[in-house]
Parts: sequence; structure tokens; C-alpha cells
Amino acid sequence: MARKSTTQRVVVSTIGAWFFGFLIFFPILWMVLASFKTELEAFAIPPSFLFFHWTTENYATVQERSDYFHHALNSIIIAGGSTLIAVLIAIPAAWSMAFSPTKRTKDILLWMLSTKMMPPVGVLVPIYLIFKTFGLLDSRSGLIFILCLGNLPIVIWMLFTYFKEIPRDILEAARMDGATIGRELVYVLTPMAIPGLASTMLLNLILAWNEAFWTLNLSTSNAAPLTVFIASYSSPEGLFWAKLSAASTLAIAPIIVLGWFSQKQLVRGLTFGAVK
Amino acid sequence: MGQITLQDVQKSFGPVHIIKGADLDIADGSFVVFVGPSGCGKTTLLRLIAGLEDVSGGKILIDGKNVVDTPPAKRGLSMVFQSYALYPHMSVRGNIGFGLKMAGLSKDDTNRKVEAAAATLNLTPYLDRKPRELSGGQRQRVAIGRAIVREPKAFLFDEPLSNLDAALRVQMRIEVTRLQKQLGTTAIYVTHDQVEAMTMADKIVVLNGGKIEQYGSPLELYERPANLFVAGFIGSPKMNFVTGENAAQKGAATIGVRPEHIKIERDGAGGWPGTIAVAEHLGSDTFLYVDAGPLGMLTARYIGELSLHAGDRVSLVPDPARIHRFDASGNALRN
Repeated sequence: MARKSTTQRVVVSTIGAWFFGFLIFFPILWMVLASFKTELEAFAIPPSFLFFHWTTENYATVQERSDYFHHALNSIIIAGGSTLIAVLIAIPAAWSMAFSPTKRTKDILLWMLSTKMMPPVGVLVPIYLIFKTFGLLDSRSGLIFILCLGNLPIVIWMLFTYFKEIPRDILEAARMDGATIGRELVYVLTPMAIPGLASTMLLNLILAWNEAFWTLNLSTSNAAPLTVFIASYSSPEGLFWAKLSAASTLAIAPIIVLGWFSQKQLVRGLTFGAVK
Repeated sequence: MGQITLQDVQKSFGPVHIIKGADLDIADGSFVVFVGPSGCGKTTLLRLIAGLEDVSGGKILIDGKNVVDTPPAKRGLSMVFQSYALYPHMSVRGNIGFGLKMAGLSKDDTNRKVEAAAATLNLTPYLDRKPRELSGGQRQRVAIGRAIVREPKAFLFDEPLSNLDAALRVQMRIEVTRLQKQLGTTAIYVTHDQVEAMTMADKIVVLNGGKIEQYGSPLELYERPANLFVAGFIGSPKMNFVTGENAAQKGAATIGVRPEHIKIERDGAGGWPGTIAVAEHLGSDTFLYVDAGPLGMLTARYIGELSLHAGDRVSLVPDPARIHRFDASGNALRN
């Protein structure tokens, strides 16, 4: 009896999970479908789900009208660059807070997180003026700088949690074994922290890739990443849902592929510390 | 060589004084055990010797050289941690050989030494396994292997057996002692278990509240405890303490007598009369917990079986030659 009820429960929860998974995924699916429709079918009511005239015309038009690869390259450079710099700054910060904490460590961590509670629009004008003064508007380095600062608190928090999980004894054992600080880092700490480092970088990459507020406000063409590319299709004159969908599909494709292949790391990263 | 000398070593964490001036001479090749209740500073003292904590004052000499400013890596000591602290991403071979690799030994020499150490500890079949694939006892052996392979001046053990089950603990206790004698390397061993201390040590350091209460061989501590604390801490079951008139008769504030030095007489004339509260029959020994009225609860040990039970009246007669006398401040009075 107990066995049967367990099977039933598994069936019910599996169906439930698939249902909610599908519900969450549906907008993305709808967007992908719309990108293969003609403009007329894209906003037809009632909408057609699968039986419409499939076309790739939208993708051709999008590539023709605006250079996808230029924007994609910008996205890669900005997301990748800001992640790399953030991690390089965060490693020593998280390290020192995890392994030689002081009375103020908790306060500093909370203070860092509190900067994320402020709506970015609150500092848009000062940041815009600073960017203007230093000639950073519409430059990749400017966007790398602002996205790096924006995500730094989260990166430090994540790495801090990872490093905290590394037992002190093991580092002390390495010290007793004659390892200098440098060798302790290379041979003991880094290999043990690699899973954490990888998932932190991955999450930060996704956050930076999808960041729209600063990229839309601080870039126009030269440094414009894929977010600007998508936004350029939501124009006030006329509705181009099919083309907007095609542009969006192209923009999210790389990060979805990356996320798909690294989902194990991501799940571990997001649930780390929750279960021992 | 591995002679370790502590001169007025002190350690404070903020306003808290953990080690209040420790002086100690540890001879080369000896097995010294630090024992005391939890929080007495024994692990801190070991970590000060290791260099994992900085001293707040005093000197630590290893072979005559003051090492207080020398980093742990350069002190030539090796340590076995309570948690084993193995490198989880390295095989057993990598774990044992790590110290040699850090010392810049060639691959061949490292392998040869690692294999020799593994053979001593019966670890040869597991050399290519990761720590997570080993049992607790095997992990402990790897940790010991990592310590011996470097041929250090001294081994430092921080409660290394406390995570093992009772049977394995007894077995490892014997192995560690045998290994230390065979290698002839100085060893400092921290434990809260006084049986481990008594059985393994050449000399015991009894610590309490950051102070060394007594330093001596196990039997010295048992037979001539320096004060009430050592008298009560060493020996199991604990020494009985009696105050008041009985003690005054002997010219002391407190007298102590070990359970094994009390004669049990069935019909209560003479000695200390009382009623048995609990009787424990182990076959080899009989322990009686006796309610002796104004004297409090007293423990008596009888070698062999004694058919007495709770509620029986007995009289306890202490062996006059084995009574320990203490003054009002708890220090032992010698004749």
C-alpha cells in the first residue's frame, strides 16, 4: 500500500512539475513560434499555435536591418569582461572575509548587499553625467565598468559562502605540510573552490548578459549589446511582433545554450549551502 | 632532534587570557600528552607550538632556536588534526606526498617514501583512492601517514582518535604508541580522555584554566598529584574527597583516597559507615557508590565479584598509607 501511494505521489508531482515548468517556459516558446510567423499571423486573433505558414523571413530582415553579430560581440565582451573583472576583485575580498573575519565583516557584507536594494534609476542622472564627463557614453569599457560594479556584491556574497564551506583545518594542514600562501592557493584552495567559482561566474555572466537598464541608457550603437538590439524593434510606429520575436530569440539563444549545458553547475550554485 | 621548550608562553584572544604563562621542557623522542577538561587551553597550546596561532608573549624553542616568528611551514613539525583534514581532491598518494612535493623532492623519491609510509600503515591497497572512498580509520591512517612521511622534528596530535568508535580507538591508540616508539620522534598529543593520556604518555601535562597544574609521568601523577584538581582528574573512577573532622585528624583541610584504596567491610564497625546507593557488577570489578551520610557519596572499588547490593550497609576503611592530604588552597601536603 505504502509503495502504491508513493508511486501515485511521484506521478502527480511529476505532472505538476511539468505543468508549471511549461507555464514558465510558455512565453519563450510563444516568442520563438511568433518569430517564424508572418507579421499578420503574429498578432492574429484567435492566434494559431502550430498550424501557420512557417517562414524564416523575419530572421533575414532582422540581420539585414541591424547587424546581429556586432551586437552579439558587444554582449560577449561586456558580459564576459565585467564577469572576469568582478571575479578578480571578489576573490581576494571574499577570501579575506571568509578566512580572517573581523567584527565588521558581517556589516560590510550587508552594506554591500544593501547597494542592490537601491533602484538603479535613482542614480541614473549622476552616473550619466559622470559617463559624459569621462567620455564613457556608448563605450564598451564604460558598460563593463558599470555592470561589474552592479554585480560585484552578489559575486562577493556567493564566493564568500563558498569559501566559508572550505574547512579551515585543510588550509592549516597545507600550511603544516610546508606550503607557502601562494602554493596553498594553487594546490589546495583553488582546486577545492573551482565548482563554486564556475557557478558564480556563470550566474554573473547571465545577469550581465540580460542587464537592460544601464545598457539601454548608456549606449546607442558602438557599444550597444543585444538588449539594445531587441529594444530597437519595439518602435512607436507600427507593431512588428514577428521581427521583435526574431530579434529576441537571436539575443537569448547563446545564453540559453550556455545555461542548458551548465545547468548542473547553476543549480549547485543557486542552492549551495541550503543542503549539507 | 626534536627538543621543545616553552618559556612563559602566553596567549590572549582580546581580553580573554587563554594561556597564562606555560613553562615546559619536552625531551627529544618523548611522548608527551596534554590533558585537561574542555576549554582548558590544551589545543591552543598545541596550535601555538605548531605556529597556527601567534603567541602573545614568551618563547617557544625548538632545538634551542626561538621559533615564535617562524611560520608553521618552516618549523619542521607535522600535525594530525581531529577532523583528519585530508585534501579531498587528492588521492591517498597525493595526500601523503603533498609535504614532500612542497619540500621539492623528486617524483621518484616522493613515491618511494610515500609507498614506504603506506606499507607501515597498511594503506598500500588504497593509494589511488580519494579520501571520501575510505573509512574513518583509514582516513586517520592517511593523516598519520602524511605526518610521518616528512620525518619531522615532532608530531603534533590534536585529539586524533576522538572521531573513531571505541574499539577502533583502542586499536589506533596502540598503533600510534608503537609507531612513535619505532620512529623515536618527539610527539605531543592532545586529548581530554585521561585513559588515553595514562596509557600513551611518557609524561603528562595536566592543564586547567590555561595553567599547567602538573607535569610528570603517568604514575607520578597518579601517586603524587600536586593538587586537588590533578588528584580528581587523573584516575577512574574519581578520587574520593573528604573534608571536615576526618581530614583535620590527619592535619589537612581535605583528604583524598582512591576507590581502589578503600577496603569494604560488610558489618559497619570502624571506618566510614554508609548505605550502598548503586552497585555496579562488571565481573572483573565491583564498583560501589556508597551514601556515607555527612561525608557525602563515596566510591569504592573491589577487584573481582562482591555480592553486595543497593541498600546494604557497609563500612569503608581507607588504606592509611594511600591517603592524599591537601591544604586549604588545594595543594598537596607532603610528609
